[in-house]
Amino acid sequence: MNRFVWPLIAVAGLLVFLVMGLRHGDPRALPSPFIGKPAPEFELPTLKIPEVSIGTETFAGDYALVNVWATWCVMCRAEHPFLLELAAARAIPIYGINWRDSRVEAIRWLDDLGDPYLASAYDADGRVGIDWGVYGAPETFLVDPEGTVIYKHLGPLDPVIWQREFVARMSGGGQAE
Amino acid sequence: MKRLLVLIVTTLLVSTAFAIDKGKKFDDPELQARYERLISEVRCLQCQNQSIKDSNVTLAADLRREIARMIEEGQTDDQIAEFLVVRYGEFALYRPRTTGKTLVLWVAPFLLVLFGGFALMRVVKHRMSLPIGDDSMKEG
Repeated sequence: MNRFVWPLIAVAGLLVFLVMGLRHGDPRALPSPFIGKPAPEFELPTLKIPEVSIGTETFAGDYALVNVWATWCVMCRAEHPFLLELAAARAIPIYGINWRDSRVEAIRWLDDLGDPYLASAYDADGRVGIDWGVYGAPETFLVDPEGTVIYKHLGPLDPVIWQREFVARMSGGGQAE
Repeated sequence: MKRLLVLIVTTLLVSTAFAIDKGKKFDDPELQARYERLISEVRCLQCQNQSIKDSNVTLAADLRREIARMIEEGQTDDQIAEFLVVRYGEFALYRPRTTGKTLVLWVAPFLLVLFGGFALMRVVKHRMSLPIGDDSMKEG
């Protein structure tokens, strides 16, 4: 009897790790090294007007969502209606980083589906995407008024994630006016 | 029949061509070797079980381009690793660096072997102290 106790404890311990691993959720989601750090500096032309540029200081002074999207990204299409909803409710300023995309197609996408972004940066060669540690669109960063990244979400946004992960992190509740 | 055989054999001889950046980046063979070693040690974040050397997704291509640029600029391996870790975390490196955070990865195997050896020794000693002929497994 006694001889089975230790192996049992060992197996139980491994099971705990297994369950923890399974509950972890999206196995592709990695802890972002940017949380609590200043948003990476960048300067890019905007998607719609190449002469106008957009950069980190554009977000300053308010909470901002920075949403990495592309027309080739299927899940971006899935989350698009919710971004439009957020924009219509004036929940938070939303900026886009159009990542490795074609300008023409990206503008057509916004014309067809609606444009939730105050502006989108056009990152044609993915250089800024690398600085932001982007590895799978859609990705959404929450930047606080001081310009610090306070949360990053991998995958499409939805109302539940928005309430649980984003609203909860904004002091004063952010929206819900 | 013979033609069919030839067809089968030649088909079997064909190997898949993975056309991923086979072109040389550097004229200097030393730099080229360094470049190839580095890209084989960086995880492709979009396709997490491949290195960026083996992957043809866009992000892997971007990272290869960045690494080539950094080598050209004369950055050290540590600087390049730092560039990646700052952006993607320690997970991006297939060969984790020995830092406080990753120390457990490097030390744990040795601790486990030590622990296992110790346990084995105890069991063997115990067995040896049993009277000869008593090979029953009643007590462990």
